[in-house]
Amino acid sequence: MTYSLVCGAEIHVELNTKSKMFCGCKNDPFGAAKPNIYTCPVCLGLPGALPVPNKKAIEDCIKIGLALHCEIAEVSKFDRKHYFYPDLPKGYQISQYDEPFCVKGYVDTSFGRVGITRVHMEEDTAKMHHEVVDGVKSSLIDFNRSGVPLVEIVSEPDIKSPEQAKEFLKKVRDIVRAIGVSSCDMEKGSMRLEANVSLTSDGSLPAYKVEVKNINSFRFFANALEYETKRQAELLDKGETPTQETRGWREGYGTVSQRGKEDAADYRYMPEPDIPPFEISRDMVEHLRKELPILPEEIITSLVADGLSESAAKIVVNQTDMLEFIEQVKKLNSKYVQKAGNDLVNKKIDLKKTSPEDYLKTLENAKMDKITDEATLRPLVEKAIAENPAVVADYKAGKQNALGFFVGVVMKASGGKADPRATTDLLKKLL
Amino acid sequence: MSNKPLNELSVKEAQTMLADGTVSSVELTRSCLETIEAKDPEIHAFVTVLADDAMDAAKRADQVRKTAKTVPPLLGIPFAVKDNFLTKGARTTASSKVLDNYYPQYSATVIEKLEASGGVILGKTNMDAWAHGSSTETSDYGPTHNPWDTSRLAGGSSGGSAAALAAAETIAAVGTETAGSIRQPSSWCGTIGFKPTYGRVSRYGVVAMGSSLDSPGPMTKSVEDTALILGVIAGHDARDATTAPVPVPDYLGDLQNDIHNLKIGLPKEYFMTDSQPGVNEMVKKAAAVYENLGAQLVEVSLLDPKYSIADYTIVQRSEVSSNLARYTGVRYGNDRCYFGDEAKRRIMLGTYALSSGYYDAYYKKAQAVRMLMKRDFDRVFEQVDLILSPTTPSTALPLGATHGQAMFGELADVLAEASSLTGHPAINMPVGLLQGLPVGMQLIGNHFAEQKILNAAYAYEQATNWRENTL
Repeated sequence: MTYSLVCGAEIHVELNTKSKMFCGCKNDPFGAAKPNIYTCPVCLGLPGALPVPNKKAIEDCIKIGLALHCEIAEVSKFDRKHYFYPDLPKGYQISQYDEPFCVKGYVDTSFGRVGITRVHMEEDTAKMHHEVVDGVKSSLIDFNRSGVPLVEIVSEPDIKSPEQAKEFLKKVRDIVRAIGVSSCDMEKGSMRLEANVSLTSDGSLPAYKVEVKNINSFRFFANALEYETKRQAELLDKGETPTQETRGWREGYGTVSQRGKEDAADYRYMPEPDIPPFEISRDMVEHLRKELPILPEEIITSLVADGLSESAAKIVVNQTDMLEFIEQVKKLNSKYVQKAGNDLVNKKIDLKKTSPEDYLKTLENAKMDKITDEATLRPLVEKAIAENPAVVADYKAGKQNALGFFVGVVMKASGGKADPRATTDLLKKLL
Repeated sequence: MSNKPLNELSVKEAQTMLADGTVSSVELTRSCLETIEAKDPEIHAFVTVLADDAMDAAKRADQVRKTAKTVPPLLGIPFAVKDNFLTKGARTTASSKVLDNYYPQYSATVIEKLEASGGVILGKTNMDAWAHGSSTETSDYGPTHNPWDTSRLAGGSSGGSAAALAAAETIAAVGTETAGSIRQPSSWCGTIGFKPTYGRVSRYGVVAMGSSLDSPGPMTKSVEDTALILGVIAGHDARDATTAPVPVPDYLGDLQNDIHNLKIGLPKEYFMTDSQPGVNEMVKKAAAVYENLGAQLVEVSLLDPKYSIADYTIVQRSEVSSNLARYTGVRYGNDRCYFGDEAKRRIMLGTYALSSGYYDAYYKKAQAVRMLMKRDFDRVFEQVDLILSPTTPSTALPLGATHGQAMFGELADVLAEASSLTGHPAINMPVGLLQGLPVGMQLIGNHFAEQKILNAAYAYEQATNWRENTL
């Protein structure tokens, strides 16, 4: 049987706010000199401590939602999600359940649109380290990360191929980075990915799904989808339904079952009584919308309009220095934008050494040296015609690219100085 | 000035004597500590007595008084503090063996405010473990005995604070109420207890019980003291997102405001037919005092308070199951096997009520009923300024009354639960003695109408001597 992939993504990004989500502790889990230095009663879950939400983090979350074309809730709240794990000091995570800040967005990929189900705000857990301390196998907990603001982006099961998954995830990352609210560093873990994977033979949504965790690169995400597609297809071919379960990705191996459906947690969600519900004014939403930078997609569109090829634009958009270079070139002399784009991508201009001004000057100088006068060009052109009678015949037979051949010959003979336009004109005349 | 033994003074009386130099904080504190030493083996109001710390604080207070031009209002006044308020460096157990050896790294906002105002903390008072109960009999450190009759319960959960006041082991106290935990022990011990509007006083640093209900408040010997202390501990707290940014009035300064034309509603459903004989009559007699004071009494109707028992039980158990999840013994305290039976029952019931498939039927439905109750009170507060009723259906019950009674607290607090679910402020005022045991009346006000309650309570207090009232 042939099956098609049905995949939804869950993306966690840690926000780079100054302080944590529900307390005043410094939010810098990766920069901390020592474990457990950015802690207080709130993020340690001590008795009597209460969470006070970080306004900036909520604004950042709404900005992500807006950039992903989401609707922003008028009323929203936090909920408690209960489970026991040593890295969760309160025995519950403050998250959002049925009233997230943002819903119903989308991201367009070249393979089709991927819907965004929701974008919500929660807190990160502490980090466990399993080490041998004084000869004893120990589990250590670092609470520097406990309570770091975490935004979860959940997609619809609209992803149909590993390629589409990669494009979608990259787009989301580029958007979040462009807003400037997260480093989205997958190696450090400030961006984390999960996939919900199933297969369908008739296009309908299957009755099962397999959740794949521990994915820390776009490539691994795609690999995991390929692996699961093969694994699940084999089961389906045998007439079995793949088990609804959580599996972990092990690069170089595949996915490994971690937790079955019967062990699925009942999170006992309840509204967080320590934080009153929010009313999000439309004024605030519009204000945040205005604060959004121009997003990658819009930049690509404008670069293409300036003459860049789409492939060059997609490379330039992710390199701040290249983008600035193009902006400068556009300001100084807009007719060279296209050339600058191509040169940046193909000739790898050293931007540390070359200023836009220098670059343009070189181009202008090169132009000054061009041979355009007929007197100088004529002997070169005549020589080219005389030495290539067969190509002349081709030209006469109507082969247009023969003209290009002669231009090349003249160019070579002139040491690259012949002006292509003047050469072409003269060639046409003499042929 | 006063011939009373120092430990029997009210805050106002002590404040005056401290100010004119007739007494020092050291003398006042020593007098309380000596009373604790003499009486507490029998009463057991305290889990932890902080004698050395208290004497040090008293000495510092006396020093400050000698040198400072203006002194904070509670300078040198001894306090008894319920053991669910975190006190930095001083053992805080919430009367549970889970926290038997827990020394907090920080102090509750209420404690910080009391200390910044010069208060001297004598010790931590006994309570039902985790504030789960209305008897102080579920304390892992043994029950508190009622000073009026030591074979009887002090009530709870703030039973230690109420008993410490009734036994004059302290000048003033603070407690917390989730539903009845300040009012009911105050009623049984013949003291004054005030539950403020939810969000009026910060919960930061109070071991959480029912987070959407918990309200810390003053427990005192006089209404003036309540007004004074409430003025110190009330107000918005940047560390508690549920505190309201509502200005704090001058409760004490406006205490004597006229109560003529005050309309007081008597909800007929709160004078229950199955209450202990005499309680309703005693409270109605107290209500009649208000007519002599120029207030107007009207009969009103509220939802039957018995509905609030089920509603309160679901909301509170659910929140308890969540709030106790952090006590794993991994980072501090003892492990879960140290939880007592009452806590285990509440965790199980709350966990069940929040489970997938049951949430809508229980917690969500309970929150909807809560809204109905709020509208019910809103309707009555359109007609009247205050609501007056008995605080509890009975006087203090004998020790052991809770045994085998898993719903003991909910039944004892039946008259306090609705106004707790709706977040309304209320006071308990002792109004007389029934067979030698105190009877309490409660005055419930609209949200943030603490001043009206205090004014009415003060007028009653000034017009009567409750200890002489009998049927």
